[in-house]
Amino acid sequence: MKEFMTGNEAVARGAYEAGCTFASAYPGTPSTEILENVAQYKKDIYCEWAPNEKVAMEVAIGATMAGARSLAAMKHVGVNVAADPLFTLGYLGVSGGFVLVSADDPGCHSSQNEQDNRYYAKFSKIACIEPSNSQESKDMIKASFEISEKFDTPILFRMTTRVCHSKGLVEMDERTEVGAKEYVKNPAKWIATPANAKRLHPIVEDKLVALEEFSNETDLNYFEWNDKKIGIISSGVAYTYAQEVFGNTASYLKLGFTFPLPMKKIKEFADQVDTLYVIEELEPFIEEQMKAAGIECIGKEKIPKIGELNPDIIAEALLGEKRETTSMDEDKKVSRPPTLCAGCPHRGFYYALGKKKNVVVTGDIGCYTLGAAEPLNSIDSVVCMGGSISMAHGAQKAFEKNGVEKQLVSVIGDSTFFHTGVNSLIDVAYNSGNTVSCILDNRITGMTGHQENPGTGYTLMGEPANEIDIPGLVKAIGIKHVQTINPLNLEEVDKALDEAFAFDGPSVLITRWPCVLKKFSEQDFKEFDLTKKRCVVVDEKCKGCKICTKTGCPAIAFNKETKLAYIDEHMCVGCEVCLQACPFDAIEMAGE
Amino acid sequence: MAETKNILLCGVGGQGIITASKILAAGLISVGYDVKMSEVHGMAQRGGSVTTQVRFGEKVWSPIIGLGQADILVSFETMETGKWLEYLKPAGKVVVNDYRIPSAPILSGAADYPEGILEALSGKADTTAIKAEGIAVGLGNIKTMNVVLLGALVKAMGLTEINWEEVVKTTVKPKFIDVNIQAMKAGMEMIK
Repeated sequence: MKEFMTGNEAVARGAYEAGCTFASAYPGTPSTEILENVAQYKKDIYCEWAPNEKVAMEVAIGATMAGARSLAAMKHVGVNVAADPLFTLGYLGVSGGFVLVSADDPGCHSSQNEQDNRYYAKFSKIACIEPSNSQESKDMIKASFEISEKFDTPILFRMTTRVCHSKGLVEMDERTEVGAKEYVKNPAKWIATPANAKRLHPIVEDKLVALEEFSNETDLNYFEWNDKKIGIISSGVAYTYAQEVFGNTASYLKLGFTFPLPMKKIKEFADQVDTLYVIEELEPFIEEQMKAAGIECIGKEKIPKIGELNPDIIAEALLGEKRETTSMDEDKKVSRPPTLCAGCPHRGFYYALGKKKNVVVTGDIGCYTLGAAEPLNSIDSVVCMGGSISMAHGAQKAFEKNGVEKQLVSVIGDSTFFHTGVNSLIDVAYNSGNTVSCILDNRITGMTGHQENPGTGYTLMGEPANEIDIPGLVKAIGIKHVQTINPLNLEEVDKALDEAFAFDGPSVLITRWPCVLKKFSEQDFKEFDLTKKRCVVVDEKCKGCKICTKTGCPAIAFNKETKLAYIDEHMCVGCEVCLQACPFDAIEMAGE
Repeated sequence: MAETKNILLCGVGGQGIITASKILAAGLISVGYDVKMSEVHGMAQRGGSVTTQVRFGEKVWSPIIGLGQADILVSFETMETGKWLEYLKPAGKVVVNDYRIPSAPILSGAADYPEGILEALSGKADTTAIKAEGIAVGLGNIKTMNVVLLGALVKAMGLTEINWEEVVKTTVKPKFIDVNIQAMKAGMEMIK
């Protein structure tokens, strides 16, 4: 039977069929749906959301040590967070098969860079496997567990946005139970002391030699012979683009196992074709190694290494072909930037924060990054998960040392605070900082599409869970001034900010209101007034000052003909932020 | 089977574009086509643009298309059509919903919703404009606007040999089956 699946769904299915019994992840686009789908096999696979990727990696390492086939999944930048255990695991090896899924994001659809994580495989001396579609995503996950166990190496399973999020037909198979390897206490394998590491390093180098031999033999790397004037070496989704452009007019060496490269196979292919192209997305990972081995080829001198590829880019770069097209006149286009939703609890907080003078606001990764855009303009910086709190601290100390007076505020979400923000807050408390750290707790991991986290009271498998007490945690760290506020109450936010600014020492403000798109829990209904309401503009009172539109709410429009504001009744949820912002009391609750 | 055909759907988060694409893909699979579908989401719930590409044929390699390659562009929101028009083949068709969702710069008064889009489109491509909102409301459920447009799409693409009633039955929730079958038919009738 065949099913129409995304690459992410296929990875989950592959793990299930392979007899995997442990999976963990921290959500991040485009990887999130892997664990969401593993959860449907929770009877057979224990799975969990970890607070960050390093933890996700480490719990999976514990599981492989315990003999289980284990999988950890994350987006490309998440691997940076998990890199410390990854590099050591490269030396130690595995017991049960171990697969680290890295979902890269060429084109930065939803990421802060477009790093090519195949280099992590080379860097940490582990094998790299790259699927090009959904069927391969399933098949190659199964192969990965086998290879991992056979060669005692973790596998870096490198996907990209188009493989993760595109659907194709996938043949279903049954699950094979493999059980767990017997646990044997083995300090020489599992204790990464300097002495062991020294002893293991040459063993890892030997493994790479054996893996290269395997790479030359495995049918994950295969020839497809057609006309030999043009030969193409390609991997991942780029291979499907190459097929689209060249079809059976060229010969292919399709690579599914891309580290170590099958250099013997590559030479054999190169010897038989007249012109050799290497078509790969992002960096010249394959090309550089081929050139270092003395194999001539054409790659990044013609094919861009910036952004996503598609069939057109390849056709234009290699064949000079460009398709005819048509386009719309520029004056008939207006941009559509993403915005905070109508009723988003972050809006009230940002609106009040935006009134403060002489502040520098460091932001973080999540929906609240949208507070950086017009008209809220509330954020000065965003670098990485958890970075807001530490950056504010560093900036505050630097300003102070250099005699500059600024109030430092950091903004971070609940899930991101648990991710790595908490470490940063420890630094602030420990080093006597003087910043205001704002934790915007919307009771869920929002941006990636509503995953449970240590603050929500539920696990990935849907079980009730311990719920972190954020104020208690923050106080235990040593923050003396801690206040929990309703972000939709502008006066309350304004007052809390003033008090925190006046406090001599580090303070924490926690805004607590559920994401407007959340499927509310019983507890949410008990704690918050979530009854459906609606705001309306009273035309007679509206002066057309547009102040309500400065909240950036997508439900509010300014009508240029009537010169009055208007609230869309279908979008409005009655959060009352605009009502409080209006200086003329021209916005009221409907039905009052 | 003939060469690979390319369908591009675009619009705004919340309009049911991904659901419509899933019904479309299920129908194509039911008659034996190889199908690839690609979507860009993530910002979908935040009022951003949403687009999906559905490709079908005997053997489909790439999940995405490039410029000038779509046989049909189905736009669920009028202004969004302009953003994706470059992907249309010069001889391709446009089905556009005569339905406006103003974006943030328009809501704040910084820009105006562009006028004359439908006229401009007609001058550039084989265009059918549909007031899908009115049809969907007439059927008693505004949320079936997506399936009205899907109906127009399948008629315009000559995919009427597929048993769409069966496909709808297996892809939507039981209580919405009837209204969606009607929406599909109403959409088909919009294409001459």
